Amino acid sequence: MTDSRSAPFAVRLTDIRKSFGPVQANHDASLDVAGGEIHALVGENGAGKSTLMRVLSGMYAPEGGRMEVLGRDVTGWSTAQAIDAGVGMVHQHFMLVPTLTVAENVMLGRELVARGQLDLARAEREVTELSQKTGLAVRANAKVADLSVGEAQRVEILKTLYRGAKVLILDEPTAVLSPPEIDELWQVLRQMRDRGETIVLITHKLDEVMEISDTITVMRHGRTITRLRTADTTPNEIARAMVGREVQLASQQAGIATPPSANPSHLPPAQPLLVVRDLVVEDVRRLTAVDRVSFSIAPGEILGIAGVEGNGQTELLEAIAGLRPVQSGRVEIAHRDATTLSVKARGDAGLSHIPEDRHARGLILDYSVAENLILGQQHRFTRGVRIDGEAMLENAQRAIATYDIRPPDPLIAARALSGGNQQKIVIAREMARSFQVMLAAQPTRGVDVGAIEFIHARLREARDDGNAILLVSADLSEVLALSDRIAVMYEGKIVVVLPRRDASEEVLGPYMTGVGAEHAA
Amino acid sequence: MKDFEEAILPAIVALLIAAIVGDVLILTFGQNPGTVYRLLIEGTWGNAYGIGQVLYKATTLTFTGLAVALGLRAGLFNIGAESQLAAGGFAAALVGLILPPGLPSLLTLPVYFVVAALGGGIVGGIPGVLKSRFGAHEVITTIMLNFVVLALLNYLTAAHLRAGDSLHTAEIHAGELPRLSTYAAAFHGSAANVTIILALLVAAGTWWYLFRTRRGFELRATGLQPAAAEYGGIDVRGVWWRAMAISGALAGVGGLNYVLGYKHYYEEAFASGYGFLGIAVAIVGRNNPVGVVLAALLFATISQGGLAVNAVVPKQMVDVLQAVVIIAVAASVPEVRRLLRRAR
Amino acid sequence: MIVLIFLAQTLRISIPYIFAASGGVISERSGLIALGLEGYMLTGAFCAAVVAYYTGSPWIGILSGAAGGVAMALLYAYTVIRYRADQVVVGIAINLLASGATRFFLRLAFHSSSNSPRIAGFGGEHAAAGMAALVGNPLIWLGIFAVGVTAWLLYRTPFGLRVRAVGEHPAAAVSVGINVARIRYLAAGLSGLLAAMGGAYLALDQHQFTAEMTAGRGFIAVAAVIFGRWDPVRAALACLLFAAAETLQIQLQGTQIIPSQFIEMIPYVLTIVALAGVVGRATPPAALGQVAE
Repeated sequence: MTDSRSAPFAVRLTDIRKSFGPVQANHDASLDVAGGEIHALVGENGAGKSTLMRVLSGMYAPEGGRMEVLGRDVTGWSTAQAIDAGVGMVHQHFMLVPTLTVAENVMLGRELVARGQLDLARAEREVTELSQKTGLAVRANAKVADLSVGEAQRVEILKTLYRGAKVLILDEPTAVLSPPEIDELWQVLRQMRDRGETIVLITHKLDEVMEISDTITVMRHGRTITRLRTADTTPNEIARAMVGREVQLASQQAGIATPPSANPSHLPPAQPLLVVRDLVVEDVRRLTAVDRVSFSIAPGEILGIAGVEGNGQTELLEAIAGLRPVQSGRVEIAHRDATTLSVKARGDAGLSHIPEDRHARGLILDYSVAENLILGQQHRFTRGVRIDGEAMLENAQRAIATYDIRPPDPLIAARALSGGNQQKIVIAREMARSFQVMLAAQPTRGVDVGAIEFIHARLREARDDGNAILLVSADLSEVLALSDRIAVMYEGKIVVVLPRRDASEEVLGPYMTGVGAEHAA
Repeated sequence: MKDFEEAILPAIVALLIAAIVGDVLILTFGQNPGTVYRLLIEGTWGNAYGIGQVLYKATTLTFTGLAVALGLRAGLFNIGAESQLAAGGFAAALVGLILPPGLPSLLTLPVYFVVAALGGGIVGGIPGVLKSRFGAHEVITTIMLNFVVLALLNYLTAAHLRAGDSLHTAEIHAGELPRLSTYAAAFHGSAANVTIILALLVAAGTWWYLFRTRRGFELRATGLQPAAAEYGGIDVRGVWWRAMAISGALAGVGGLNYVLGYKHYYEEAFASGYGFLGIAVAIVGRNNPVGVVLAALLFATISQGGLAVNAVVPKQMVDVLQAVVIIAVAASVPEVRRLLRRAR
Repeated sequence: MIVLIFLAQTLRISIPYIFAASGGVISERSGLIALGLEGYMLTGAFCAAVVAYYTGSPWIGILSGAAGGVAMALLYAYTVIRYRADQVVVGIAINLLASGATRFFLRLAFHSSSNSPRIAGFGGEHAAAGMAALVGNPLIWLGIFAVGVTAWLLYRTPFGLRVRAVGEHPAAAVSVGINVARIRYLAAGLSGLLAAMGGAYLALDQHQFTAEMTAGRGFIAVAAVIFGRWDPVRAALACLLFAAAETLQIQLQGTQIIPSQFIEMIPYVLTIVALAGVVGRATPPAALGQVAE
């Protein structure tokens, strides 16, 4: 490995500034990456990592600062120029056109032409060759819409290599991958580094940082906090730099957390409040997403579902909530058959739902905080045919005070609030309704550390009040920290259910990748 | 204050651009823009007759504008206001021909109101149901239904109802609405009638429905974020067809202005152009009933102004100007919002 | 013979639809809703008529008509791309603009509010003469050719690949350095050009421009685009189907078997039925109607 102090910098960003309206995403952010190294760019959600990398890849023009790539001043260049100079970016949300084939996607923008027409045959040949050379297995003539997530990511990486990328940026590449796919990715990245290519990895997962990176840049609130050598640092030091104060790392927290369940075993087992039996649900592509899933949750119990995202968790929750039709099977909410009930009827039967996507589902961004706080219960705030404005405002003031929603203005649009405060609106609303069963999907996604603890405490309280809670989280440490029992979902099936005391990352890992399923079956 | 700026600036920008385009058109016709604009103002707001004509046109436009605005609040583009307006007027005329002559307006008006709303509501409800039930896009179905419904009404009029060789039905003698000239002689000859009061009441009712009722809460939620509305237990498909039916009903009631207030018969093509202009009115009025009333006055002024200047420049000039206003407002609404948000 | 005449008439009627629908497919595949087709056609017809009148050459007329359609389409594209204006609103306003402007300039040019004087065109005195008109009108062959060219462009060229990418996932196109706005301007321009050729065909076929002579044909073309599921060949077949219904209407006129208004409705009813049933599940380009980032 080259010594990064003497090697010429492959990427040098100095004092980059970029804002979106009132939001300053980058102020004076800097990044130095030596050639031939794997560099981790870390920080909490919203720290400005992706913005900085989009500036580097030419998608955003910086408002100030200087950019150098491979010794050239490239400040404010375009995407096309960045690609030409060998800078490629793999985005968190894939930049692939689902209706086109792999080969078409790879050559898009660099089309191969023969006799005035697209040379699809040659493109497929070249993609296959590149695929064999790099070990990134893809089917060149497959439609992208039909690919698995892991395969789609390989196409993304191939796409940048096809364009001769010498500097590869990956934005949270492991978020959608299973552990074996992650290992495969690390192998590919190490090979690339050994060929002299430079890799910048955006992540907030410290175990990844320690495992794969050579050097680290930490960002917080749009600024660069520090630059570290991986060999000389510890996860604690990085975490401190990320959040700006001493923290307990989630994995440690999980180890000590989970107060004993409020469901003491000497009581007779209560009738479960949520029962799901042989549930089959299809996804948008009409493929089976939830495959004969059965479980039940007792009063005072949190059942956590672990699993790599995209293994049917979304469809399962939406089916229980009434947002997605059920092909077969049965859902019972609070001792009542709810399989065909409407969303509203399920709410009245005692279901509360913190949805996974607050921007698309959980909030109406242009509605006021007060209006959002009654969404789903508007019929309870109605007098005759009109909405009772006073009751709505009172309700809002109560929630704002209890949940410390900022700014404390019930009439401001939800759009204007930070992500954490938006999530507090959702939590406040769903906690305030009368319920016996709660679905909590990614309850702390994109929320800052302080609010995470607060939200976890509310979920435990709800559990201790005798409600049944179904928790789904992409964050394994969150599942471990909150659940009384843990189920693992893999390819639409529940492959294992373990009591909390028998579960750990080591035990769950194989099940999440489908390896454990063979033992279980 | 910023919200007010955001609402009013696009209209001002649009009028400025329209004035410039108007200048160019007038100059190509070898006329003096100053003279033409003076004629336009004098012929509209310069005398009671002009004012009456503007008010008459604004009345119908308020109804079609409200129809489009309510649809847009639900996230639906109702391009069928023209045929809904025609159907409402046709239904009212049918009933009017049956009712015994000489009944007092106070008794017949509720009947006419319901019948016209039904006529328009059915025509609007069909694309609503097609959307809710089959996912058929309402932009296309309302356009197609315009052609279908107008052809059907033309057939019914021509084959069964027309008076003599005309393109209209016989006259109605039951519960016609009085013209404004009954109360103020200066309006003599203008078509303005008391339907205008109905228009204002309906606008107020629409505002109340949208912003004060649970149904309105659910309608706007559906328009803003259907997925969140669905999550909030709102029957999105129900909102769709109801919104389209109400939208059609609003346009349908507008038919009373012509059939009951002005000519006292149904005539082919009386609704012509009011549907598309209703879209313009809704857009310029920012889908707010108050804004719709003001925008209806604006477009009615431009329309009537065309007739006032026709002797000097072709009245088609105002069609061009109306299109320019629509395009300019559509273009400047997002732009103004962006600039204002940046300035904040 | 009757069948042949029927087919010939169907083809003649379908040509303006086919031109406009081909343009509509390109526009919508790039993500731009093509509600302005009617306006492009009308502008095309008017410009073609005026220039053909003054030059005496139908060919220069066609070129001018195409230029007029391109100008209208670019105005549309400019407002929806640069200013992010709503595509449905501007699309409809374009139609109003074309309707107003053509009648305004009709009065300016010919002092008539209804029609232009007789212009040079294609085909004989009696346009309905059948086969002779078919052979004699190069625009008919050009229209059929346009379908093939559109399909080839869309599926076989780099430009077409980019159009499809831009209409489906514009951010992905941006990420590989494609200028989304440029592709959309080009697609819009092409749609204006093709639709205007359809309009020019009308004027040259009838040897004059009359006010509102497109009479909703642009909307039929929009219907054909959807009915044909955004594919040029299927859209052209939809145009033929609609044209056949219209031919039937003309053939049955005067027979009093069915009132003409009912036959008039056929294409529209067919489209609604198709939208509700056949095309209900067809997926439009994912980014249709959305503004590029």
